[in-house]
Amino acid sequence: MESDARDILIDVRDVWKSFNGQAVLRGVSLQVRAGASEVILGRSGIGKSVLLKSIVGLLVPEAGSIRVKGEEVVGLGPRQLNRIRRNIGYVFQYAALYDSMTVRENLEFPLRKLTDLPEDEIARRVEEQLRLVDLAEAIDRMPSELSGGMRKRVGLARAIITRPAIVLYDEPTAGLDPMTAHDISDLMVDLARRFGITSITVTHDLQCAHIVADRISILEGGVFTHQGTYEELRKLEDPLVRAFFQAVT
Amino acid sequence: MKQIPTAKLVELYYRRALSAMEEIYGITIFGLRFFRYVFVPPYEWGEVRKHMDELGAKSIPLLTVVGTIMGLILALQSRPTLDRFGAGAFLPAMIALTIVRELGPVITALIVAGRVSSGIGAELGSMKVTEQIDALEVSSVDPYNYLVVTRVLACILMLPLLTVYVDFLSIFGGFIAEVLAGNTTFQLYFSDVISATTFLDLIPGVGKTAVFGFIIGIIGAYEGFHTTRGTEGVGRAATTAVVLASLNIIFVDMIIVQLTLMFFGA
Ligand SMILES: Nc1ncnc2c1ncn2[C@@H]1O[C@H](COP(=O)(O)OP(=O)(O)OP(=O)(O)O)[C@@H](O)[C@H]1O
Ligand SMILES: [Mg+2]
Repeated sequence: MESDARDILIDVRDVWKSFNGQAVLRGVSLQVRAGASEVILGRSGIGKSVLLKSIVGLLVPEAGSIRVKGEEVVGLGPRQLNRIRRNIGYVFQYAALYDSMTVRENLEFPLRKLTDLPEDEIARRVEEQLRLVDLAEAIDRMPSELSGGMRKRVGLARAIITRPAIVLYDEPTAGLDPMTAHDISDLMVDLARRFGITSITVTHDLQCAHIVADRISILEGGVFTHQGTYEELRKLEDPLVRAFFQAVT
Repeated sequence: MKQIPTAKLVELYYRRALSAMEEIYGITIFGLRFFRYVFVPPYEWGEVRKHMDELGAKSIPLLTVVGTIMGLILALQSRPTLDRFGAGAFLPAMIALTIVRELGPVITALIVAGRVSSGIGAELGSMKVTEQIDALEVSSVDPYNYLVVTRVLACILMLPLLTVYVDFLSIFGGFIAEVLAGNTTFQLYFSDVISATTFLDLIPGVGKTAVFGFIIGIIGAYEGFHTTRGTEGVGRAATTAVVLASLNIIFVDMIIVQLTLMFFGA
């Protein structure tokens, strides 16, 4: 039991969050073990992004507890939050690249703010990271000159460039063609292995879920209604679960 | 015609008044935060310089044209009136004082408000709706410090400089009008201007534009930071910023003029 509790890297318990009196998260709970890859499925507008944002403290829930590495996030001041955020990479749903900066500057930014690596190391990391997402040639372009899929990949590169222990992916493959989506999913698995990353991935892409998930949780009505491996969920007769899986099979 | 019941109407106005109060309260708190941040590190001087350059580049062409023509028109319009009272000789002094004390600062501030408040509102607004502000926060960068303090500082520092520039151009514009009409020479005009203007005219006139700079920056940033509802909200942030900044500049100017007259005399 003791060692179990220490194993849990992200611990969400009974979290409530509402907007304008409308409850979006209604007592949601989720435990993610160190090194595990959790996938969240759920209908559009159900609160998946809200949950991810609550974990990094971008949104503050009204009730409940969120622990990252054993430390409570809810109600934390900015300085302590920043300490926790150093361990977390966040891939935004719409990439959220800084439009006033080139791709290179976008990637340099977290390194400059969060580490004190020397210039040549920063340059090396940026190039390496872009090669990883297959965008080495876009290094000096502005975000406005990139396609949606390219922006997505730059956003992913930016999120993992500081080698965070935890990565939150908000629809990492949305808007990508099936081949690129497959490559990105493989990349996520590869990164997780190489750097021992713990991740939560929000996705609508069943192929991605199949590739990256150790476990899948389905968010509905503000709580997780189903949880299990890809194979386990695929066999369920529940209409909601079937609806997600029917899309591919 | 559709009739709106009185009770509904009362409720509507009540809600409008309430949201206006909320906005005033919000801007005040947002503005006060600036003073809490500006004296503590991390300082982003690189960003401040970048925004100063942008602000100057954005405003100088328009200010050059408007400043010169404003002085020219002021001279053209005042000449007949002053002549009628036999006071034509005071024209350079009058132009200098009008420009330096009031027109230069206010026109500069209003023009910069139009260009820059809206620019800041739109820029930060689009950063807000595309989650770039969230991205900053996740990188442990305080968005207020990085985005707001830098822009507001740039406005505070640039506005006095731009005002001196406009003052100078306007007085020169007055000279052009006068010299074309054959009323003066370079020496005559500028020795009148210099002997009429003292530091007690210049300091409050230029100094208050730092306050206008603060208003321009803070209101633009507030509207940007509180943008909701996607791209449509970005446009609204930009226009609201200009309207609120302009109103506040005029209003604050009125107060500053009263205070200046109290402390520095006529
Ligand atoms: N900052 C906010 N202010 C007000 N309402 C919000 C805010 N963020 C999210 N919501 C609301 O919360 C609900 C859940 O939003 P969320 O973005 O988490 O959906 P999602 O599950 O990520 O959907 P999608 O798959 O479309 O991204 C929506 O109804 C949305 O309108
Ligand atoms: Mg979402």
